[in-house]
Amino acid sequence: MLELSNIDAGYGAFQALFGVSMTVKAGEAVAVIGANGAGKTTLLRVISALLPATAGAMSMEGVSLRTTPPHKIVSTGIAHVPEGRRLFPRLSVESNLKMGAFIPAARAKFEERLAFVYELFPRLKERRGQLAGTLSGGEQQMCAIGRALMSGPKLVLLDEPSMGLAPVIVAQVFDLVRRIRSEGYTVLIVEQNVRQVLKFADRAYLLEVGRLKMSGNADELLASDEIRKAYMGI
Amino acid sequence: MDCQLDIFFLEAILNGLLLAGLLALLALGLNLIFGVIDVVWICYAELMMVGMYGIHFAYKGGAPFLLAALIGIVLIAVAGVIMHQLVIRPVLDSAPINQLLVTGGVLFFLQAAATMVFGIDFKNLGIRLGSLNAFDMSFSYARIVTFGVALAAMLLLWLFLSRTYIGIAIRAIAQDRQIMPLMGVDQRKVYLVTSAIGGGLAGLAAALMVLQYDIYPQIGLQFGPLIFMICVLGGLGNMIGGFIAAFIIAQFIAVGSSCFATEWGYAIAFLFFMVVIFIRPQGLFGGKS
Repeated sequence: MLELSNIDAGYGAFQALFGVSMTVKAGEAVAVIGANGAGKTTLLRVISALLPATAGAMSMEGVSLRTTPPHKIVSTGIAHVPEGRRLFPRLSVESNLKMGAFIPAARAKFEERLAFVYELFPRLKERRGQLAGTLSGGEQQMCAIGRALMSGPKLVLLDEPSMGLAPVIVAQVFDLVRRIRSEGYTVLIVEQNVRQVLKFADRAYLLEVGRLKMSGNADELLASDEIRKAYMGI
Repeated sequence: MDCQLDIFFLEAILNGLLLAGLLALLALGLNLIFGVIDVVWICYAELMMVGMYGIHFAYKGGAPFLLAALIGIVLIAVAGVIMHQLVIRPVLDSAPINQLLVTGGVLFFLQAAATMVFGIDFKNLGIRLGSLNAFDMSFSYARIVTFGVALAAMLLLWLFLSRTYIGIAIRAIAQDRQIMPLMGVDQRKVYLVTSAIGGGLAGLAAALMVLQYDIYPQIGLQFGPLIFMICVLGGLGNMIGGFIAAFIIAQFIAVGSSCFATEWGYAIAFLFFMVVIFIRPQGLFGGKS
């Protein structure tokens, strides 16, 4: 579904990704793990064209992403839940969801998808008129994921969904992620919470200072001494 | 100078209310553009001035007033788009002071051009709507119509901004610019739509102004600083704050003018403004909303 080969990217003179190649197949849940500053968020930003790749090739279901302008990426079937959720704080929950359905193809299915998102996250329906900035952290994550689903994506990119949330809420957020997974969405998730995310994902890639160091089935990585020592403090 | 709580005082307050509608409309346009594009069109009142001339010549050319007004609105909406493409886009990432200087340049350019092209004499459409007299008070119908139309336009804009996809995108972009592409929104398109609406509002204000004011090249100077002050007072980019600030400032002007002299009304309004800026630099109601 999603293919990256030898992607380089960076900020000005600072190179953040070096020759990253990876694939995500339809129906998979793939995790990218790594320390703070390893380039995980950059990787998702490059896929969404928020940051241009400087070398390499990327495609989504055969459509080249490097030649697609940023605002057309959604139409290829990719929805990105950004780091820190990035809701529009002074818009209502429902207006935030409406923004998720901005592309013409999604507008036609707005009512249907809104009903689906409200069924998936009934809490959002209760708070539909509330300003998104006044939601709790967990609710905001629901709203951010719901907003992404409104575009009718095939692949959902999740950037640190557990960031800044209390441990109890983190468990809830992973429940949300499992729920959207079970709805048939393909998921590419970036997390510092290595243990939790490896329990959830099918496969994982380990990113270290901009380079892929390891990849494999999630349970293999979970059992690997290197990862246990470096990222789980065991 | 007599300032008693009599019928003239009430008349002044009500006239201030009527004036506030027009000021609020102009402030809304400026705030909308600043909120979305993050650039202050310091030449906003000059666009309105151009619109007034446009309406004047359309009307004198034989168009019925409503058609002339429509021509003025479309003309300035288009001018807004041209302004964005030609003047604002090249300085979008520049320092705010440069943006201010560039739009300030447009201000003086338009004023000088209008003086050369249209001359310095006062022009008037010659439409007299008369006035409403009640309880020893007098209110010109032009002001009443202006107030009603301005409020209706603001209500329509509010519906547009809260119901339509592009309208919600306009509000969203003011809150988080960077992630707009993730929603599939093309920023450039939103900027153009916003510039057109901002221009259209100046055109509408022009259509209302020609009913009560003479047209001359410097009329922008009478309103430009006032509108900018209202926007800053309400919190630059804060559309609701600007709306409320327009009503406050209009009262200072109307009541001050009634109690003392017209110039004093403005002087008191600007004094109040300076005091507020000392105490609350972010404006009475804070920044963007």
